[in-house]
Amino acid sequence: MITVIDYKAGNLTSVVKALRAVSAHVTVTEDPEVVRHAEKIVLPGVGHFAATEFLETRGIKAAIVERIAAGVPFLGVCVGLQWLFSGSTEAPGMPGLGTFDAVCERFAEGRKIPHVGWNSLSVRGDSRLLAAVPDGSFLYFTHSYRAPVTNGTVAVTEYGGPFTAAAEKGNVMGVQFHPEKSGVTGLRILRNFVELPC
Amino acid sequence: MLTKRIIACLDVKDGRVVKGVQFIDLVDAGDPAELAARHALSGADEIVLLDITATHEERGTLIDTVKRTARRLFVPFTVGGGIRTLDDATAVFDAGADKVSVNSAALRRPELIDEIGSRFGAQAVIVAIDGRRSGEGAEVFIEGGRKATGRAVVEWAREAEQRGAGEILLTSMDADGTRAGFDCELTAQVSEAVCIPVIASGGAGNAAHFSDVFLRGKADAALAASIFHFGIADARVLKEEIARAGVAMRLPC
Repeated sequence: MITVIDYKAGNLTSVVKALRAVSAHVTVTEDPEVVRHAEKIVLPGVGHFAATEFLETRGIKAAIVERIAAGVPFLGVCVGLQWLFSGSTEAPGMPGLGTFDAVCERFAEGRKIPHVGWNSLSVRGDSRLLAAVPDGSFLYFTHSYRAPVTNGTVAVTEYGGPFTAAAEKGNVMGVQFHPEKSGVTGLRILRNFVELPC
Repeated sequence: MLTKRIIACLDVKDGRVVKGVQFIDLVDAGDPAELAARHALSGADEIVLLDITATHEERGTLIDTVKRTARRLFVPFTVGGGIRTLDDATAVFDAGADKVSVNSAALRRPELIDEIGSRFGAQAVIVAIDGRRSGEGAEVFIEGGRKATGRAVVEWAREAEQRGAGEILLTSMDADGTRAGFDCELTAQVSEAVCIPVIASGGAGNAAHFSDVFLRGKADAALAASIFHFGIADARVLKEEIARAGVAMRLPC
């Protein structure tokens, strides 16, 4: 069973539908008690980093921290990836989870923002999430803020410089792109997550 | 490398795909869900569904069509036509759309852009602009091209961006349905005036038209309807030809 967290950021329909398409059983919740019993957690999200305040005020963040410490696989998508960093200049003073010790920033001026469309991955390092995903694969992105490259980065994408397209540290994973909107490659990545041992 | 997008557009009336030639003659072209899935499989980077009747009584039909189409689609999916309020937009998102496209209603009440953007994020709002050449620039038309607004296309595109639109969908009414090529000059004018991506629409007839609007028209994406529907061009073949002209495309797709 995959627990998808509803924190009122954009809509969840696409992520839930894609998870079901790769045979996952999905439950959607905003209740920290449900999160405390999750076997696997997905934090979707498009929109503003400030939306993650909901996680803090509702006690969901504390539940996620507990489950991650217990070894439960966690996947953050888009803003869900950025939340794994220490914060974002989009919402100064609002802390992220801090799994990766760096701050997300807006793309520099001089090119179209948001970064919208299919861009390629440079896969670096071992990743369970990206197993069998060929280097150079195209994924769909849509975002104005990007996570810097850190030692947890397992795939990099270029847009006016490299940024973290996917990060992984033990059971904690995140992707900046939208696997639910990235055709068969995206579904492959979701399947990798669904098939991880609990 | 970020690739240029090829977007398949389905113009829908009463739950069926049709395609207007210069917004008038309509020919039945099939089931939206089936055509959208087929386009995505053949390599289209996104799907846009435009409801071209969209009177209030027909909203139910549209929502049902959006649901059926979204169910089989794992590429970005935009829905436009008749979205007048935040509630209209919410219903379309709930049915499975990733983005909405707003046109006439946004011109009448520009705050609609801010409202949808702050609820669903800028990436979820496309402002569609129908423009017709007029002197040096172009004038914005609404109501499916029937009513002139007196506003300049570039100026309205800039306002839409400031209000939080994530993309501009620019249709040249002069080029639409002609299959004689996009209006590259107008597209470049708008693309250079805003920092958000611009989708060019109207006039696609062959692969050279697409490479032209990407290279000369500075478009970030291009939209086509009639060229796809009747087996004239498969998206994959189209993209291979565009790539040969030196444009970054998602291949294999």
